[in-house]
Amino acid sequence: MPLPGSLPLGGLGWAKQEHRHKNQDNEHKPTPSPLERVGERLRQSAETTPSPKERAGERLMKKLPILLLCMLFTKEPFAKTWVVAPNTALSNLRQAVKLAHNGDSILVKKGTYSSVNTIIDKSLVITGENFPVLDARFADEAVTILANQVTFRGFIVKNSKTGSMRDYAAIRLFNVRHVTISHNRLVNNFFGIYLANSKNCTVTNNDIIGTNNRQNSGNGIHLWQCDSILIRDNRVSEHRDGIYFEFARHSLIEHNYSEKNLRYGLHFMFSDNDIYRHNTFKNNGSGVAVMYTKHITMFNNLFIENWGSSVYGLLLKDISDSRIMNNRFVGNTTAVYMEGSDRIVVTGNNFIRNGWAIRVLANCNGNRFMKNNFMANSFDVTTNGSINLNHFADNYWDKYEGYDLNKDGIGDIPYHPVSLYAQVIEQIPQSVMLMRSFIVNLLDKVERSIPSVTPESVKDEKPRMKPNY
Amino acid sequence: MALIEISNLEKSFGKLAVLKRISCSFEQGCIVSILGPNASGKTTLIKSILGMVIPDSGEILFRGQPVINTFAYKKHIGYMPQTGCYPDNIKIGQLFNMMQDIRRPYPDLDTGLIKLFGLEAMYQKRMGVLSGGTRQKVSAALAFMFNPDVLILDEPTAGLDPVAAEQLKEKIREEKSRGKLILVTSHIMSEVDEIADTVLYLFEGQIKFYKPLSVLKAETGEEKLGKALTKILK
Amino acid sequence: MLKIAKYIILDIIRSKVLIAYTVLLSIICLSILMADADVTKGLVSITTVVMIIVPLVSIVYATTYYFNTYEFTELLVSQPVSRTDILAGKFIGIGTAILAAFVIGVGFPVVLFAFSVTGLMLMVTGSLLTLSFISLAFLASTVTRDKAKGIGLSLMIWFYCSIIFDGIVLLFLFSFSDYPLEKALIVLTALNPIDLARILILLQLDISALMGYTGALYQSFFGSGYGMVFSLLMQLIWIIVPLWLALRIFKRKDL
Repeated sequence: MPLPGSLPLGGLGWAKQEHRHKNQDNEHKPTPSPLERVGERLRQSAETTPSPKERAGERLMKKLPILLLCMLFTKEPFAKTWVVAPNTALSNLRQAVKLAHNGDSILVKKGTYSSVNTIIDKSLVITGENFPVLDARFADEAVTILANQVTFRGFIVKNSKTGSMRDYAAIRLFNVRHVTISHNRLVNNFFGIYLANSKNCTVTNNDIIGTNNRQNSGNGIHLWQCDSILIRDNRVSEHRDGIYFEFARHSLIEHNYSEKNLRYGLHFMFSDNDIYRHNTFKNNGSGVAVMYTKHITMFNNLFIENWGSSVYGLLLKDISDSRIMNNRFVGNTTAVYMEGSDRIVVTGNNFIRNGWAIRVLANCNGNRFMKNNFMANSFDVTTNGSINLNHFADNYWDKYEGYDLNKDGIGDIPYHPVSLYAQVIEQIPQSVMLMRSFIVNLLDKVERSIPSVTPESVKDEKPRMKPNY
Repeated sequence: MALIEISNLEKSFGKLAVLKRISCSFEQGCIVSILGPNASGKTTLIKSILGMVIPDSGEILFRGQPVINTFAYKKHIGYMPQTGCYPDNIKIGQLFNMMQDIRRPYPDLDTGLIKLFGLEAMYQKRMGVLSGGTRQKVSAALAFMFNPDVLILDEPTAGLDPVAAEQLKEKIREEKSRGKLILVTSHIMSEVDEIADTVLYLFEGQIKFYKPLSVLKAETGEEKLGKALTKILK
Repeated sequence: MLKIAKYIILDIIRSKVLIAYTVLLSIICLSILMADADVTKGLVSITTVVMIIVPLVSIVYATTYYFNTYEFTELLVSQPVSRTDILAGKFIGIGTAILAAFVIGVGFPVVLFAFSVTGLMLMVTGSLLTLSFISLAFLASTVTRDKAKGIGLSLMIWFYCSIIFDGIVLLFLFSFSDYPLEKALIVLTALNPIDLARILILLQLDISALMGYTGALYQSFFGSGYGMVFSLLMQLIWIIVPLWLALRIFKRKDL
């Protein structure tokens, strides 16, 4: 079980690596990477949000003088643990919270508890033993956390109310700092974990399954007006958006698995300076959508089988100064779709068996596509106009049929990634009926052996002969 | 009543008139040799009788019945084409079986030629590997197999070895004696001389003459058909 | 009719060309399916190959065979069999043999490695495509008199269906791109057996996601029960109509 306490080291580690990388690769980065900033913030947050076990002690050390002072005047022991179990004097969480004081722990034994909007307004460590069930019975939210430094872990939370007036969630965090939500299972809720106006919180190892209901689905993990949040090792499926960010900044999303969500696996709106990495987005309405946002770093993610009419692996709309690195896009209808997006660096990605690997609309400028591998895609690059202001270099294209006389690994003639047929389809979408017909195959063959027939468009001046690794 | 009666038969291929209002009739127990230079309409006449060429106008009666665009009368006809071409991978035995399948029900089979030519031993051979001569033997055997009332033989001895040719001629005479009508085309005058009793001479799509061989010889005073023809056509 | 067919089948199944065709198909299919772990992609590749090779071999082989056995047909005409029976028998014979080659050559690998609805669709449409091109071969054979012309015409038909038709469609789309053409496209598709077969298979392969609005329209049409019936019917028409025309010609033809 990875403890949240292991974060600082990890965070520091990659931040340093990034730094090194950045120095080598400086000319490609017109803007400073958000990585250090996010790293810095997360490090700070991590320093102040250690593991629950450590935390009590640490806080004790900090507040030792005050506590000692208190002890002189009260008979209270240090932190107390309250045990909640069915058919005992303390048979629900609400009672326990009422009795407890800041810094106490509550242990909830296995059982099923009704939990209609239980409010946690004290700094408590609340742990479920063998996954007790908190059932909101479709009446309201299940748990609302209004205090800082709460740890909430080990519960099954289910059946939050649905509705169009309010975003009812299984677990809501409002205006809090240093709250950790981990190891919970959320089932059949409208929204899963809802963080509003919060900072330095951690959401890890939760398993969140929605209703798969098109009319009544909220988001799995929803952030609004947040800062420095860590979202790690969660599984989210069958919600509207798996993970949703609105005005959420300086946050890190890693090692999550987002599958079968109705709209997007991960969705950014107006959320700058975030990082997501090592996540898997499979078979969602679209894998990831990044909209109206800047400075997003996306690397080592897997976008797989996001397939269907107008379904995308990664949808970029009005975003700028971001980086897409070392991701794998496999079997998506459109792997990367860019609209109104500027100065994005796309490098080291693998595009395999997608319908369209990259679709760049003509209102995108200054994007750089380098050192990517394009394999077995129906179309490598398409556009609705001219994308000459974008730069392609050092990519491997499996459709490239040029030669390399000087054996430097770089093809001697440039590659035109926008194929003739792709341009024809762009002009006349109906001509897609000729896909995989002999005439189109012939067209492709002719084009590959005589590249000059392709109308002047973007080209990769240095196509690789072998895939980049 | 004549076995086959042809009246005002006309056929042209495009602008080329091949048969020009031909009328004639063929009786039972005759061997009629159809002669004429190349492109005189011999083959077209034969093919018309066989239903392979469909005439433009005129009539062909078989035992008084019009036959154009019908096929039932063909069970009374045995046809030996000039060059027998058969599917390459079919065996001789299979070919015979097939023809029997197609012509069922048929009267007693006449397997005389099969035995005479020794074809039984080759039943397992594929048509593709046979020599031209053997294929002719197969064609001949097929034509005679079903005891037809009419035999139409197109250059029957061409390509046959002398012995087989003799055997075939003997067979033709034998069938004649059994009251059959035999129509033969041939380029070999001596052969015609030997077997035919009537000569039908076609020239440019018209019947130049149609006379018994004996009358022809008597009229010209020649012993040999070849010389008689030369004399008459001068 | 069936008697004639039977002996034609007996003849053809021993022909080296047909055996070579069967082997070629299975080698192509097996190598594609074994080289690629992704069955769907394998089927797409097979479809591409099948849509070129199957019509070509079917039409050329049927025409060649028709003319190679021309004298034999003459002999058959001299027999007490109707011309309808002769031509129908030939069609059944040649059709069965080439179809068997296709079913074995493609079916065996597909069943082994890619048994699915799509695989089945590939088999069904491929079979119908085979038959329609044999039917077209008969038409080409009966309208011409000699082998060279017949094969030439067959190749032209194949070339037309494979390339020229699609070229014309492309031209048509270019010229009338301002109009809503989707419905017209469905009709156009039906006018070419290869396009019909290809689109039916591609729709099964869920390529429709790539086809946008046109694909959605195709999917809703050809994917529906009504559309399925329509397309199968169209494929049958592509078998029956050329054969019927060939029969009309053959009945009046001088051999």
